[in-house]
Amino acid sequence: MGSVPAWARAYVAAVAVLALVCLAPLTHLRVPWEIVALLAVLYAGCERVALPPGPRGGGGAGGATAQGMGTFLPVLLAGAFLLAPPAAALVVLPGALLARVEQRPRGPRRIWRAAQLAVAVWAASRVYGALGGRAALVAPDFPYALVPAGAAVLTYCAVLTALDCGILALAERAPVRGAWPGLFARSLAPVAVHGLAGLMMAVLWRSPYGPVAALLVLLPMYVSCWVFAQYHRERAAHQATIRALVQAVDIKDGYTRGHSERVGRASVLIARELGMHDERVEVLRFAGILHDVGKLGVPTRLLRKDGPLTPEERRVIELHPEYGHEMVRGIGFLGEARSAILHHHERLDGSGYPYGLAGPQIPEFARVVAVADAFDAMTSTRSYSRARPVPAALDELGRCAGTQFDPRMVAALVRALDRHGWHPAVTADTAPAVASGRPPAHPSGTVGRGAP
Amino acid sequence: MSTTAPRREARVRPSRPASAGRTPVLLGAVHGLALALALLALGATLWDGVEERGTALAFGLLVAVGELARWSGAEERESAPLGAAGALAYALLGENAGHRTGHGVLQVVAVVVAAALVGCVPHVARGTGPEPDRLARRVLTVAFAAVCFQPLHDQGRLTQWGGPAQALLLVALLVLTTLWDAVLAAATARARTRWPFGPLLRDELRATLGIGSAVCATGVVMALAVAVAGLWALPVFSLPLLLTQLSFRRYAAVRVTYRQTIASLARATEIAGYTPAGHARRVAALSRAVGRELGLSEPDLTVLEYAALMHDIGQLSLLDPVPAGATAVLPAEEQRRIALLGGAVVRQTGVEAEVAVVVERQADPYREQPVTARIVRTVNAFEEMAREAGPTGPLAALERLRLGTARDYQPEVVESLARVLSRAGLTLPRSG
Repeated sequence: MGSVPAWARAYVAAVAVLALVCLAPLTHLRVPWEIVALLAVLYAGCERVALPPGPRGGGGAGGATAQGMGTFLPVLLAGAFLLAPPAAALVVLPGALLARVEQRPRGPRRIWRAAQLAVAVWAASRVYGALGGRAALVAPDFPYALVPAGAAVLTYCAVLTALDCGILALAERAPVRGAWPGLFARSLAPVAVHGLAGLMMAVLWRSPYGPVAALLVLLPMYVSCWVFAQYHRERAAHQATIRALVQAVDIKDGYTRGHSERVGRASVLIARELGMHDERVEVLRFAGILHDVGKLGVPTRLLRKDGPLTPEERRVIELHPEYGHEMVRGIGFLGEARSAILHHHERLDGSGYPYGLAGPQIPEFARVVAVADAFDAMTSTRSYSRARPVPAALDELGRCAGTQFDPRMVAALVRALDRHGWHPAVTADTAPAVASGRPPAHPSGTVGRGAP
Repeated sequence: MSTTAPRREARVRPSRPASAGRTPVLLGAVHGLALALALLALGATLWDGVEERGTALAFGLLVAVGELARWSGAEERESAPLGAAGALAYALLGENAGHRTGHGVLQVVAVVVAAALVGCVPHVARGTGPEPDRLARRVLTVAFAAVCFQPLHDQGRLTQWGGPAQALLLVALLVLTTLWDAVLAAATARARTRWPFGPLLRDELRATLGIGSAVCATGVVMALAVAVAGLWALPVFSLPLLLTQLSFRRYAAVRVTYRQTIASLARATEIAGYTPAGHARRVAALSRAVGRELGLSEPDLTVLEYAALMHDIGQLSLLDPVPAGATAVLPAEEQRRIALLGGAVVRQTGVEAEVAVVVERQADPYREQPVTARIVRTVNAFEEMAREAGPTGPLAALERLRLGTARDYQPEVVESLARVLSRAGLTLPRSG
């Protein structure tokens, strides 16, 4: 990422020149400098106090901008509504050029951002003026005032999306042909809401109450952004806690490092293949990740024991589904996943545990997790057995389908692996310092191949 | 037991104090005042007829929709920001699209009461509400704002001041209103729980900085925008506030989930047989009560609660359980080792670092501990000692804690624990 492709440089330069052309009429235009100055300072201030995006805020250009734009967007749009196009574009410059930029190269990114916003604001202001918006502002003519504002918002979004697609295609070589309608639609809703706030700002600015009243509009927007950032922080903390639950199991159970996460992934593969709804898929992923959480309740000595278990010891270990269910009972969002944790060792012929359910009595999620669990157990190395290659494991699953496993789930897993392959590397595998057992063995040579 | 079924609370709370059965005087006064005001306003408005029906209807609709969209069960101070902002805007409304309005204080109160009651109906049908405290506060707050503003406006002085000064006056009025609201909220909470007033008021004011300021700003903006642009301003500006409300809702939801997950992580030690069932939950509830008694702020109480829930988590790393999970009687070195192991686990959970610090230092002498860790240490020791000694356990345990105040337990914390326990009738909440 260090070097910027030549084409991208040329593109940024072209957009910057375009922005300068937009600003050119300022030389012979009567500009209300006090409004421009106040808005520019406001915008720069908003940029400086802009909240850091959430820890997972990376999700593409759309996601990153959607988070940061909360407070400043109404200011820019109010500028577009209040001022002539070149003056509105001028409001953008100081803030955009001074803004903090996280990624390198910083210089070109600043120029790009300033030029892009200036052009978009200029176009929005132009459209707004052409539809007679500025007259509707002075003597508020209300249902009509929404029309030019709506048109300006659409223009702003369209210009921004078009310019974004250009830079994505040139600098990151991302395919944009199918992407731009999505980008446009995603940015439209938040921009529209902020456009309404901007319109209110502009109306109050022109009213006898003046800029003081207009500034108050920004406060709810700022609070909204702040809460949004808090939400992301808390969500990240929650995910870390779930991971800690799983790691606590992994610490106790020397050989299953990463097992939980892989079972989650295999469960998702099966669920997608069965055409489950997105929300259920997500819950099923948690069911897979947390299926063995009850092992926290089993004495560590038993879990790490080498050699055969006595019937008594086996009975203790077989309590873990019930322990797990007891633990996650209070977590509301897990829903169906809780029954999967309780029943993932049931067998189709009724010889499983803890309740000996048979056939359709076993919850669907539990049948999915059972297959995923067995598949990962066979394809990873354990103290008592070496890892088997994927095709052999699938054969074994097929042999047990109907007696132990639901054939529908096994077939779905086979189809899913056909299509996507199996990539069992665990992404976030930070080895905790407490575990003193054997090192985690991932025989990537045998398991890394996809199904034939 | 009382005849009314107690509402189940999602979060850990100390059991209601013994006096909760009869309504305290202050609470009765607040409710009575609000009820009298509401009846007077409704009666007068019905008698005189409604001025400017369109405006009244529009604001009433806004308040009712705001109440409908209220989320129940959240612990945020303001659960219906849209309704609150609409009510305040109506109280501060002096003009409508350039024409002076003539609705008085009583009509403001009447419209808000009627709309809030209509908005409550679905919540009552679902069995979540009405919350008399909240309704009484809403009535008194709106009446306060209207009483401050409407007479000034009717005298016509405001128009001589000019626009910006008027806007600033509205802001100042709303700041006053917010203070009044915070005092009311803290007073009712104090009357219900008998927690100290100062920290409660501080928590209310702190919460005001968040959504409270957004509500106030929106109220002013709505009133001014209607004055300039007419009723169209209402839907236009409700949308951004709705966005704020949505963000708050998601935030509240994820916080609830997070709390549940922490609680189940805490249950891991109980299921593993390291600690008796319900121990972590009881220590958390009692720690929170003691922290409250000592005047800790809400963020500190959250840290305290999470740390208390997870204080035994270090035992998961032991190969064999400590007998009955009673860590308070182990040698100090061993206690400290388990505490450090626990801190290591907690650091991985993504909770604030302060929580991990509390867990790590729970076994240190109290002079080296932060106050939250002192509370956890004292309450945990009390819980373990009281459990083993039968019916006289709590008294005996308190006695032993008092003997240990030279080094291990802070005297102030022990005394505050004693006060909390005496209010609760010296019975520990037992797990069901």
